[in-house]
Amino acid sequence: MAPTEHSKAPESTPGPSAGRVSDDSVWVLGTSMTRFGRYPDKDAVDLAAEASMAALEDGNATIHDMDVLAAGSLFNASNGMGQRIQKQIGQTGIPVFNVTNACATGATALRTVYLSIKAGEADMGLAVGVEQMGKMGLLGGAGAKKEKKVFEPSGRYGAVTGIDGYIGTEGMPGVFAQAGMEYANDYDGVGFEQFARVAYKNHLHSTLNPLAQYRKEFTMEEIMTSPTMSYPNTLLMCCPTGDGAAAAVLISGQRLKSMPTEVRRRAVKISASVLTSDPYTESSQVQPDVNTLTRNASAKAYESAGVGPEDLDLVELHDCFATAELIHYDNLGLCESGGAGDFIDSGAPFRDGTTPVNVSGGLISKGHPIGATGVANVYEVTTHLRGEADDRQIPDAKVGLAHVIGLGSACGIHILEKAAV
Amino acid sequence: MEADNPAQIPLVGYLRLGSHPHLIANECINCGARFFDRRNACAQCGKREFAEVQVENGAVLKAFTIVHRAAPGIPAPYVSAIVETEDGTSVRSNVVNCDPDPEMVRLGMKLKLTTYPIGTDDEGTEAIAFGYQPA
Repeated sequence: MAPTEHSKAPESTPGPSAGRVSDDSVWVLGTSMTRFGRYPDKDAVDLAAEASMAALEDGNATIHDMDVLAAGSLFNASNGMGQRIQKQIGQTGIPVFNVTNACATGATALRTVYLSIKAGEADMGLAVGVEQMGKMGLLGGAGAKKEKKVFEPSGRYGAVTGIDGYIGTEGMPGVFAQAGMEYANDYDGVGFEQFARVAYKNHLHSTLNPLAQYRKEFTMEEIMTSPTMSYPNTLLMCCPTGDGAAAAVLISGQRLKSMPTEVRRRAVKISASVLTSDPYTESSQVQPDVNTLTRNASAKAYESAGVGPEDLDLVELHDCFATAELIHYDNLGLCESGGAGDFIDSGAPFRDGTTPVNVSGGLISKGHPIGATGVANVYEVTTHLRGEADDRQIPDAKVGLAHVIGLGSACGIHILEKAAV
Repeated sequence: MEADNPAQIPLVGYLRLGSHPHLIANECINCGARFFDRRNACAQCGKREFAEVQVENGAVLKAFTIVHRAAPGIPAPYVSAIVETEDGTSVRSNVVNCDPDPEMVRLGMKLKLTTYPIGTDDEGTEAIAFGYQPA
Protein backbone atom coordinates (compact mmCIF):
# COMPACT_ATOMS: atom_id res chain seq x y z
CA MET A 1 0.00 0.00 0.00
CA ALA A 2 1.35 3.39 -0.95
CA PRO A 3 1.75 5.93 1.85
CA THR A 4 -0.87 8.12 0.23
CA GLU A 5 -3.47 5.42 0.79
CA HIS A 6 -3.19 5.62 4.56
CA SER A 7 -6.41 6.03 6.42
CA LYS A 8 -6.40 9.43 8.01
CA ALA A 9 -8.30 10.93 10.86
CA PRO A 10 -11.64 12.05 9.47
CA GLU A 11 -11.70 15.66 8.33
CA SER A 12 -14.55 16.31 10.71
CA THR A 13 -12.43 15.47 13.73
CA PRO A 14 -12.05 18.64 15.76
CA GLY A 15 -8.49 19.58 16.47
CA PRO A 16 -5.29 20.07 14.56
CA SER A 17 -6.45 19.04 11.11
CA ALA A 18 -9.43 21.34 11.28
CA GLY A 19 -7.27 24.24 10.20
CA ARG A 20 -7.79 26.33 13.28
CA VAL A 21 -4.98 27.51 15.48
CA SER A 22 -5.87 27.37 19.13
CA ASP A 23 -4.08 29.87 21.31
CA ASP A 24 -2.66 27.23 23.62
CA SER A 25 -1.26 25.00 20.87
CA VAL A 26 2.48 24.78 20.27
CA TRP A 27 4.12 24.70 16.86
CA VAL A 28 7.49 24.17 15.24
CA LEU A 29 8.27 27.43 13.50
CA GLY A 30 11.79 26.73 12.34
CA THR A 31 14.20 23.82 12.49
CA SER A 32 17.59 22.76 11.30
CA MET A 33 20.34 20.24 11.84
CA THR A 34 23.98 19.99 10.91
CA ARG A 35 25.00 16.97 8.94
CA PHE A 36 25.94 14.32 11.47
CA GLY A 37 29.52 13.16 11.22
CA ARG A 38 32.91 14.00 12.62
CA TYR A 39 34.01 17.59 13.10
CA PRO A 40 37.51 17.55 14.59
CA ASP A 41 37.98 21.22 13.66
CA LYS A 42 34.85 22.44 15.47
CA ASP A 43 33.66 22.17 19.02
CA ALA A 44 30.19 21.39 20.37
CA VAL A 45 29.44 25.11 20.82
CA ASP A 46 30.19 25.75 17.13
CA LEU A 47 27.88 22.94 16.08
CA ALA A 48 25.07 24.03 18.42
CA ALA A 49 25.36 27.65 17.31
CA GLU A 50 25.31 26.65 13.66
CA ALA A 51 22.11 24.62 14.09
CA SER A 52 20.54 27.36 16.25
CA MET A 53 21.21 30.16 13.77
CA ALA A 54 19.87 28.05 10.92
CA ALA A 55 16.71 27.10 12.84
CA LEU A 56 16.05 30.75 13.71
CA GLU A 57 16.58 31.78 10.10
CA ASP A 58 14.31 28.96 8.96
CA GLY A 59 11.58 30.30 11.23
CA ASN A 60 12.13 33.90 10.13
CA ALA A 61 13.06 34.76 13.72
CA THR A 62 16.09 35.91 15.68
CA ILE A 63 17.43 35.14 19.12
CA HIS A 64 15.86 38.43 20.21
CA ASP A 65 12.42 36.91 19.63
CA MET A 66 13.14 33.99 21.97
CA ASP A 67 11.74 33.95 25.49
CA VAL A 68 13.47 30.75 26.60
CA LEU A 69 16.33 28.50 25.53
CA ALA A 70 16.85 24.83 26.39
CA ALA A 71 20.12 23.17 25.49
CA GLY A 72 20.52 19.41 25.63
CA SER A 73 23.90 17.71 25.74
CA LEU A 74 24.96 14.59 27.57
CA PHE A 75 28.69 15.16 27.62
CA ASN A 76 28.52 18.94 28.05
CA ALA A 77 25.82 18.84 30.70
CA SER A 78 27.81 20.60 33.38
CA ASN A 79 29.49 23.40 31.48
CA GLY A 80 26.63 25.72 30.63
CA MET A 81 26.06 24.78 27.00
CA GLY A 82 22.99 27.00 26.73
CA GLN A 83 24.84 30.06 27.96
CA ARG A 84 27.78 29.27 25.70
CA ILE A 85 25.41 29.14 22.74
CA GLN A 86 24.05 32.55 23.76
CA LYS A 87 27.57 33.97 23.74
CA GLN A 88 27.86 32.78 20.13
CA ILE A 89 24.51 33.98 18.83
CA GLY A 90 23.17 36.60 21.22
CA GLN A 91 23.08 37.17 24.97
CA THR A 92 19.58 38.41 25.67
CA GLY A 93 19.22 37.42 29.30
CA ILE A 94 16.40 34.93 28.80
CA PRO A 95 16.11 31.86 31.03
CA VAL A 96 18.31 28.96 29.96
CA PHE A 97 17.76 25.35 30.86
CA ASN A 98 20.70 23.02 30.43
CA VAL A 99 19.21 19.56 30.29
CA THR A 100 20.46 16.01 30.22
CA ASN A 101 18.36 12.85 30.10
CA ALA A 102 20.49 10.09 28.56
CA CYS A 103 19.57 9.47 24.92
CA ALA A 104 16.29 11.34 25.47
CA THR A 105 18.25 14.55 26.14
CA GLY A 106 17.25 16.32 22.91
CA ALA A 107 13.57 15.44 23.32
CA THR A 108 13.76 16.72 26.88
CA ALA A 109 15.16 20.06 25.68
CA LEU A 110 12.33 20.31 23.17
CA ARG A 111 9.76 19.45 25.80
CA THR A 112 11.23 22.01 28.19
CA VAL A 113 10.54 24.75 25.65
CA TYR A 114 7.14 23.24 24.89
CA LEU A 115 6.23 23.34 28.59
CA SER A 116 7.42 26.93 28.95
CA ILE A 117 5.08 27.95 26.15
CA LYS A 118 2.23 25.82 27.54
CA ALA A 119 2.72 27.44 30.91
CA GLY A 120 2.29 30.85 29.35
CA GLU A 121 5.78 32.00 30.32
CA ALA A 122 7.03 32.11 26.76
CA ASP A 123 5.61 32.81 23.31
CA MET A 124 8.65 31.52 21.47
CA GLY A 125 11.63 29.44 22.46
CA LEU A 126 14.67 27.70 21.08
CA ALA A 127 15.52 24.05 21.77
CA VAL A 128 18.98 22.83 20.83
CA GLY A 129 20.53 19.41 21.08
CA VAL A 130 24.22 18.86 20.51
CA GLU A 131 26.94 16.30 21.03
CA GLN A 132 30.54 15.92 20.09
CA MET A 133 31.61 12.38 20.68
CA GLY A 134 34.57 11.99 18.35
CA LYS A 135 35.57 8.37 18.17
CA MET A 136 34.89 7.55 21.79
CA GLY A 137 34.20 3.89 21.19
CA LEU A 138 31.69 1.67 22.90
CA LEU A 139 29.44 3.25 25.47
CA GLY A 140 28.44 1.28 28.51
CA GLY A 141 30.01 -0.05 31.62
CA ALA A 142 33.25 1.40 32.83
CA GLY A 143 34.91 -1.97 32.55
CA ALA A 144 36.69 -3.95 35.19
CA LYS A 145 38.64 -1.74 37.52
CA LYS A 146 42.27 -2.38 37.73
CA GLU A 147 42.45 -5.08 40.36
CA LYS A 148 43.02 -3.66 43.78
CA LYS A 149 45.73 -4.99 45.95
CA VAL A 150 43.09 -5.96 48.47
CA PHE A 151 39.55 -6.90 47.48
CA GLU A 152 37.12 -4.76 49.39
CA PRO A 153 33.38 -4.55 48.80
CA SER A 154 32.26 -1.15 47.57
CA GLY A 155 29.24 0.48 46.01
CA ARG A 156 25.59 -0.45 46.24
CA TYR A 157 26.22 -4.07 45.32
CA GLY A 158 29.26 -4.54 47.50
CA ALA A 159 31.35 -5.42 44.45
CA VAL A 160 35.06 -6.11 44.90
CA THR A 161 35.88 -5.26 41.27
CA GLY A 162 34.10 -3.98 38.14
CA ILE A 163 31.13 -6.20 37.34
CA ASP A 164 30.67 -5.46 33.62
CA GLY A 165 31.53 -8.75 31.94
CA TYR A 166 31.29 -10.80 35.12
CA ILE A 167 27.64 -10.17 35.85
CA GLY A 168 26.40 -9.96 32.32
CA THR A 169 27.13 -7.02 30.08
CA GLU A 170 26.66 -3.32 30.62
CA GLY A 171 27.78 -2.47 27.07
CA MET A 172 25.08 -0.89 24.95
CA PRO A 173 25.19 -3.35 22.02
CA GLY A 174 24.69 -6.19 24.48
CA VAL A 175 22.01 -4.57 26.61
CA PHE A 176 19.91 -3.90 23.51
CA ALA A 177 20.75 -7.31 22.08
CA GLN A 178 19.22 -8.86 25.18
CA ALA A 179 16.12 -6.70 24.82
CA GLY A 180 15.71 -8.00 21.29
CA MET A 181 16.39 -11.59 22.28
CA GLU A 182 13.81 -11.37 25.03
CA TYR A 183 11.29 -10.44 22.33
CA ALA A 184 12.55 -13.33 20.21
CA ASN A 185 11.99 -15.60 23.20
CA ASP A 186 8.40 -14.44 23.52
CA TYR A 187 7.36 -14.42 19.86
CA ASP A 188 7.87 -16.57 16.78
CA GLY A 189 9.36 -15.30 13.56
CA VAL A 190 11.97 -13.08 15.15
CA GLY A 191 15.67 -13.83 14.86
CA PHE A 192 19.02 -12.75 13.50
CA GLU A 193 17.69 -12.24 9.97
CA GLN A 194 14.85 -9.95 11.05
CA PHE A 195 17.21 -7.84 13.12
CA ALA A 196 19.65 -7.66 10.19
CA ARG A 197 16.86 -6.57 7.84
CA VAL A 198 16.22 -3.54 10.05
CA ALA A 199 19.82 -2.45 9.52
CA TYR A 200 19.59 -3.22 5.80
CA LYS A 201 16.59 -0.89 5.56
CA ASN A 202 18.15 1.98 7.48
CA HIS A 203 21.44 1.87 5.60
CA LEU A 204 19.42 1.85 2.36
CA HIS A 205 17.29 4.80 3.48
CA SER A 206 20.35 6.83 4.42
CA THR A 207 21.59 6.88 0.84
CA LEU A 208 18.90 9.50 0.14
CA ASN A 209 19.72 11.72 3.13
CA PRO A 210 22.49 14.28 2.57
CA LEU A 211 22.59 14.96 6.34
CA ALA A 212 23.34 11.35 7.29
CA GLN A 213 26.73 10.45 8.72
CA TYR A 214 26.92 7.40 6.46
CA ARG A 215 25.20 7.01 3.09
CA LYS A 216 26.12 3.54 1.96
CA GLU A 217 23.91 0.60 1.10
CA PHE A 218 24.96 -2.79 2.42
CA THR A 219 23.70 -6.24 1.44
CA MET A 220 22.06 -8.51 3.99
CA GLU A 221 25.11 -10.74 3.76
CA GLU A 222 27.48 -7.86 4.46
CA ILE A 223 25.40 -6.90 7.48
CA MET A 224 25.15 -10.43 8.84
CA THR A 225 28.84 -11.18 8.35
CA SER A 226 30.24 -7.92 9.65
CA PRO A 227 32.06 -8.32 12.98
CA THR A 228 29.82 -9.35 15.85
CA MET A 229 29.67 -6.75 18.61
CA SER A 230 27.12 -8.50 20.79
CA TYR A 231 25.14 -11.24 19.09
CA PRO A 232 22.85 -10.71 17.29
CA ASN A 233 24.08 -7.13 16.81
CA THR A 234 26.90 -6.96 14.30
CA LEU A 235 28.90 -3.79 13.66
CA LEU A 236 26.55 -2.72 10.85
CA MET A 237 23.58 -3.15 13.19
CA CYS A 238 24.96 -0.62 15.71
CA CYS A 239 24.76 3.17 15.53
CA PRO A 240 28.08 4.99 15.26
CA THR A 241 29.38 7.65 17.60
CA GLY A 242 29.54 11.07 16.00
CA ASP A 243 29.18 14.82 16.21
CA GLY A 244 26.28 17.04 15.34
CA ALA A 245 23.56 19.41 16.44
CA ALA A 246 19.91 20.07 15.75
CA ALA A 247 17.63 22.91 16.77
CA ALA A 248 13.99 23.86 16.70
CA VAL A 249 12.17 27.13 17.27
CA LEU A 250 8.78 26.61 18.93
CA ILE A 251 5.96 29.14 19.03
CA SER A 252 2.58 29.42 20.69
CA GLY A 253 -0.56 29.21 18.57
CA GLN A 254 -1.54 32.66 19.74
CA ARG A 255 1.71 34.19 18.51
CA LEU A 256 1.69 32.14 15.32
CA LYS A 257 -1.59 33.72 14.29
CA SER A 258 0.16 37.07 14.06
CA MET A 259 2.81 35.73 11.67
CA PRO A 260 2.75 36.33 7.91
CA THR A 261 1.00 33.68 5.83
CA GLU A 262 4.20 32.35 4.28
CA VAL A 263 5.61 31.72 7.76
CA ARG A 264 2.40 30.12 9.08
CA ARG A 265 2.17 27.87 6.06
CA ARG A 266 5.38 26.09 6.98
CA ALA A 267 4.58 25.77 10.69
CA VAL A 268 4.02 22.25 11.97
CA LYS A 269 1.86 21.50 14.96
CA ILE A 270 3.13 19.57 17.96
CA SER A 271 0.00 17.60 18.72
CA ALA A 272 1.62 15.49 21.43
CA SER A 273 4.69 15.97 23.60
CA VAL A 274 5.25 13.18 26.09
CA LEU A 275 8.03 12.19 28.43
CA THR A 276 7.94 9.03 30.57
CA SER A 277 10.26 7.17 32.89
CA ASP A 278 10.17 3.47 33.62
CA PRO A 279 7.52 2.29 36.04
CA TYR A 280 8.34 -0.64 38.30
CA THR A 281 8.62 -3.94 36.49
CA GLU A 282 10.19 -7.03 38.00
CA SER A 283 12.85 -7.60 35.36
CA SER A 284 13.82 -3.94 35.12
CA GLN A 285 15.57 -4.23 38.47
CA VAL A 286 18.41 -6.08 36.75
CA GLN A 287 18.19 -4.89 33.12
CA PRO A 288 16.79 -1.76 31.52
CA ASP A 289 13.18 -2.26 30.42
CA VAL A 290 12.94 -0.22 27.23
CA ASN A 291 9.45 -1.48 26.46
CA THR A 292 7.05 -0.47 29.22
CA LEU A 293 7.87 3.24 29.25
CA THR A 294 7.74 3.39 25.46
CA ARG A 295 4.31 1.72 25.50
CA ASN A 296 3.13 4.15 28.14
CA ALA A 297 4.49 7.13 26.20
CA SER A 298 2.96 6.07 22.90
CA ALA A 299 -0.45 5.41 24.46
CA LYS A 300 -0.41 8.86 26.01
CA ALA A 301 0.84 10.50 22.81
CA TYR A 302 -1.81 8.90 20.60
CA GLU A 303 -4.51 9.87 23.05
CA SER A 304 -3.23 13.42 23.33
CA ALA A 305 -2.93 13.88 19.55
CA GLY A 306 -6.17 12.10 18.73
CA VAL A 307 -4.43 9.93 16.16
CA GLY A 308 -3.54 6.26 16.03
CA PRO A 309 -0.53 4.41 14.68
CA GLU A 310 -2.47 3.75 11.46
CA ASP A 311 -2.53 7.50 10.84
CA LEU A 312 1.25 7.88 10.84
CA ASP A 313 2.84 8.70 7.49
CA LEU A 314 6.34 8.34 8.89
CA VAL A 315 8.04 7.41 12.13
CA GLU A 316 11.51 8.27 13.35
CA LEU A 317 12.20 5.86 16.21
CA HIS A 318 15.19 5.12 18.39
CA ASP A 319 17.15 2.49 16.47
CA CYS A 320 20.36 2.74 18.46
CA PHE A 321 20.72 -0.94 17.56
CA ALA A 322 18.79 -3.05 15.06
CA THR A 323 17.36 -5.12 17.91
CA ALA A 324 15.91 -1.95 19.44
CA GLU A 325 14.08 -0.83 16.31
CA LEU A 326 12.37 -4.18 15.93
CA ILE A 327 10.87 -4.20 19.42
CA HIS A 328 9.74 -0.60 19.12
CA TYR A 329 7.51 -1.53 16.14
CA ASP A 330 5.50 -3.38 18.75
CA ASN A 331 5.94 -0.84 21.55
CA LEU A 332 4.66 1.98 19.32
CA GLY A 333 1.75 -0.12 18.08
CA LEU A 334 2.97 -0.04 14.47
CA CYS A 335 2.40 -3.80 14.16
CA GLU A 336 0.18 -6.43 15.71
CA SER A 337 1.25 -7.52 19.18
CA GLY A 338 4.09 -9.99 18.72
CA GLY A 339 4.22 -9.28 15.01
CA ALA A 340 7.41 -7.23 14.66
CA GLY A 341 9.18 -9.99 12.74
CA ASP A 342 6.41 -10.20 10.15
CA PHE A 343 6.27 -6.42 10.03
CA ILE A 344 9.87 -6.03 8.86
CA ASP A 345 9.69 -9.12 6.64
CA SER A 346 6.60 -7.69 4.90
CA GLY A 347 8.45 -4.50 4.00
CA ALA A 348 6.01 -2.31 5.92
CA PRO A 349 8.63 -0.02 7.51
CA PHE A 350 10.57 0.55 4.27
CA ARG A 351 10.10 3.99 2.74
CA ASP A 352 7.66 2.59 0.15
CA GLY A 353 5.81 0.51 2.75
CA THR A 354 2.70 1.19 4.78
CA THR A 355 4.51 2.80 7.73
CA PRO A 356 7.89 4.20 6.71
CA VAL A 357 10.27 4.02 9.66
CA ASN A 358 13.55 5.91 9.88
CA VAL A 359 13.59 7.24 6.33
CA SER A 360 16.45 9.48 7.51
CA GLY A 361 18.63 6.40 7.88
CA GLY A 362 17.95 6.28 11.58
CA LEU A 363 20.55 6.30 14.30
CA ILE A 364 22.19 3.32 12.64
CA SER A 365 23.25 5.28 9.56
CA LYS A 366 22.21 8.92 10.01
CA GLY A 367 24.16 8.81 13.26
CA HIS A 368 23.55 9.38 16.95
CA PRO A 369 25.32 12.38 18.48
CA ILE A 370 23.35 11.75 21.63
CA GLY A 371 22.05 15.15 22.68
CA ALA A 372 21.15 16.07 19.10
CA THR A 373 19.12 12.97 18.32
CA GLY A 374 15.84 13.91 20.00
CA VAL A 375 15.72 17.22 18.12
CA ALA A 376 17.05 15.86 14.83
CA ASN A 377 14.17 13.38 14.58
CA VAL A 378 11.74 16.28 14.96
CA TYR A 379 13.67 18.11 12.22
CA GLU A 380 13.24 15.06 9.98
CA VAL A 381 9.52 14.65 10.55
CA THR A 382 8.91 18.41 10.22
CA THR A 383 10.79 18.51 6.94
CA HIS A 384 8.60 15.75 5.48
CA LEU A 385 5.39 17.37 6.73
CA ARG A 386 6.45 20.59 5.01
CA GLY A 387 7.09 18.67 1.81
CA GLU A 388 10.70 19.83 1.78
CA ALA A 389 12.56 16.52 2.13
CA ASP A 390 13.67 16.41 -1.52
CA ASP A 391 14.83 12.95 -2.64
CA ARG A 392 13.73 11.25 0.53
CA GLN A 393 10.32 12.94 0.76
CA ILE A 394 7.47 10.69 1.84
CA PRO A 395 4.67 11.81 -0.49
CA ASP A 396 1.78 13.69 1.05
CA ALA A 397 3.02 13.21 4.63
CA LYS A 398 0.60 14.75 7.13
CA VAL A 399 1.31 13.07 10.47
CA GLY A 400 4.58 11.83 11.91
CA LEU A 401 5.99 10.54 15.16
CA ALA A 402 9.45 11.05 16.66
CA HIS A 403 10.60 8.72 19.45
CA VAL A 404 13.72 8.49 21.57
CA ILE A 405 14.66 6.44 24.57
CA GLY A 406 17.50 6.86 26.98
CA LEU A 407 18.55 4.12 29.35
CA GLY A 408 17.83 4.56 32.95
CA SER A 409 15.24 5.21 31.52
CA ALA A 410 13.56 8.14 29.75
CA CYS A 411 11.29 8.02 26.72
CA GLY A 412 10.30 11.06 24.69
CA ILE A 413 7.64 11.04 21.98
CA HIS A 414 6.50 13.93 19.84
CA ILE A 415 3.67 13.65 17.33
CA LEU A 416 3.71 16.32 14.66
CA GLU A 417 0.97 17.28 12.24
CA LYS A 418 0.81 19.30 9.09
CA ALA A 419 -2.01 21.74 9.50
CA ALA A 420 -3.61 24.18 7.12
CA VAL A 421 -3.14 27.52 8.79
CA MET B 1 29.38 -9.50 55.33
CA GLU B 2 32.20 -11.92 56.05
CA ALA B 3 33.13 -14.52 53.49
CA ASP B 4 32.54 -18.03 54.79
CA ASN B 5 36.05 -18.92 53.77
CA PRO B 6 38.58 -16.30 54.81
CA ALA B 7 40.58 -16.90 51.63
CA GLN B 8 37.58 -16.12 49.45
CA ILE B 9 35.35 -13.10 48.95
CA PRO B 10 32.20 -12.91 46.83
CA LEU B 11 32.30 -10.61 43.81
CA VAL B 12 29.12 -8.94 45.03
CA GLY B 13 27.43 -8.68 48.40
CA TYR B 14 24.31 -10.55 47.29
CA LEU B 15 26.28 -13.73 46.55
CA ARG B 16 26.66 -16.04 49.55
CA LEU B 17 29.45 -18.61 49.39
CA GLY B 18 29.90 -21.70 51.57
CA SER B 19 28.74 -25.24 50.95
CA HIS B 20 25.58 -24.09 49.13
CA PRO B 21 26.38 -20.94 47.25
CA HIS B 22 23.29 -18.87 46.50
CA LEU B 23 22.04 -15.34 45.94
CA ILE B 24 20.16 -13.31 48.49
CA ALA B 25 17.74 -10.46 47.89
CA ASN B 26 15.94 -7.81 49.91
CA GLU B 27 12.28 -8.74 49.56
CA CYS B 28 9.45 -6.33 50.25
CA ILE B 29 7.36 -7.94 52.97
CA ASN B 30 4.25 -6.38 51.49
CA CYS B 31 4.36 -7.13 47.76
CA GLY B 32 7.28 -9.53 47.41
CA ALA B 33 9.33 -7.41 45.00
CA ARG B 34 12.99 -8.32 45.23
CA PHE B 35 16.05 -6.09 45.05
CA PHE B 36 19.74 -6.94 45.02
CA ASP B 37 20.65 -3.59 46.52
CA ARG B 38 19.23 -1.51 49.36
CA ARG B 39 16.09 0.54 48.84
CA ASN B 40 14.52 3.21 51.00
CA ALA B 41 11.06 2.15 49.95
CA CYS B 42 9.80 -0.57 47.64
CA ALA B 43 9.94 0.58 44.01
CA GLN B 44 6.67 -1.22 43.36
CA CYS B 45 4.43 -0.54 46.36
CA GLY B 46 6.24 2.04 48.45
CA LYS B 47 6.26 0.08 51.70
CA ARG B 48 9.44 0.31 53.73
CA GLU B 49 10.03 -3.09 55.27
CA PHE B 50 12.20 -5.70 53.67
CA ALA B 51 13.34 -9.19 54.61
CA GLU B 52 16.45 -10.93 53.36
CA VAL B 53 15.52 -14.00 51.33
CA GLN B 54 17.42 -16.76 49.58
CA VAL B 55 16.95 -16.91 45.80
CA GLU B 56 16.46 -20.33 44.17
CA ASN B 57 19.47 -21.63 42.25
CA GLY B 58 17.50 -23.19 39.38
CA ALA B 59 16.63 -20.86 36.50
CA VAL B 60 15.65 -20.61 32.84
CA LEU B 61 17.28 -18.46 30.17
CA LYS B 62 15.05 -15.52 29.22
CA ALA B 63 17.41 -13.47 27.07
CA PHE B 64 21.07 -13.53 26.10
CA THR B 65 23.72 -11.91 23.99
CA ILE B 66 27.15 -13.15 23.05
CA VAL B 67 29.54 -10.32 23.75
CA HIS B 68 32.52 -10.16 21.40
CA ARG B 69 33.63 -6.61 22.18
CA ALA B 70 33.99 -6.79 25.93
CA ALA B 71 35.06 -4.37 28.63
CA PRO B 72 38.84 -4.12 29.10
CA GLY B 73 40.27 -7.17 30.87
CA ILE B 74 37.22 -9.36 30.27
CA PRO B 75 37.80 -12.53 28.25
CA ALA B 76 35.58 -12.58 25.14
CA PRO B 77 33.43 -13.88 23.67
CA TYR B 78 31.21 -14.58 26.65
CA VAL B 79 27.50 -15.12 27.15
CA SER B 80 25.61 -12.39 29.00
CA ALA B 81 22.09 -13.28 30.04
CA ILE B 82 18.94 -12.48 31.89
CA VAL B 83 17.67 -15.54 33.68
CA GLU B 84 14.51 -16.12 35.65
CA THR B 85 14.94 -18.25 38.74
CA GLU B 86 12.47 -20.95 39.74
CA ASP B 87 10.99 -18.55 42.29
CA GLY B 88 10.44 -15.88 39.62
CA THR B 89 13.36 -13.53 40.22
CA SER B 90 15.13 -11.95 37.26
CA VAL B 91 18.91 -12.10 37.56
CA ARG B 92 21.56 -10.62 35.29
CA SER B 93 24.50 -12.95 34.93
CA ASN B 94 26.87 -14.70 32.58
CA VAL B 95 26.06 -18.16 31.26
CA VAL B 96 29.17 -20.23 31.93
CA ASN B 97 30.39 -23.69 30.99
CA CYS B 98 28.54 -23.35 27.69
CA ASP B 99 30.08 -22.54 24.29
CA PRO B 100 29.51 -18.88 23.35
CA ASP B 101 27.79 -19.95 20.15
CA PRO B 102 24.20 -19.06 19.16
CA GLU B 103 23.66 -22.73 18.30
CA MET B 104 24.56 -23.82 21.82
CA VAL B 105 22.81 -21.14 23.86
CA ARG B 106 19.07 -21.69 23.66
CA LEU B 107 16.33 -19.40 24.91
CA GLY B 108 14.33 -21.23 27.56
CA MET B 109 17.15 -23.62 28.49
CA LYS B 110 17.34 -24.78 32.10
CA LEU B 111 20.23 -23.43 34.12
CA LYS B 112 21.71 -23.75 37.59
CA LEU B 113 23.79 -21.32 39.64
CA THR B 114 27.47 -22.04 39.96
CA THR B 115 30.49 -20.14 41.23
CA TYR B 116 34.02 -19.68 39.95
CA PRO B 117 37.13 -17.69 40.86
CA ILE B 118 37.97 -14.56 38.87
CA GLY B 119 41.19 -13.41 40.51
CA THR B 120 43.32 -13.22 43.64
CA ASP B 121 44.45 -10.11 45.49
CA ASP B 122 47.83 -9.41 47.02
CA GLU B 123 46.79 -10.95 50.32
CA GLY B 124 45.83 -14.19 48.65
CA THR B 125 42.10 -13.63 48.82
CA GLU B 126 40.24 -15.08 45.89
CA ALA B 127 37.25 -13.24 44.39
CA ILE B 128 34.39 -15.60 43.57
CA ALA B 129 31.81 -14.74 40.90
CA PHE B 130 28.55 -16.49 40.14
CA GLY B 131 27.21 -17.62 36.82
CA TYR B 132 24.56 -19.97 35.49
CA GLN B 133 25.47 -23.18 33.70
CA PRO B 134 23.29 -25.58 31.75
CA ALA B 135 21.45 -27.81 34.27
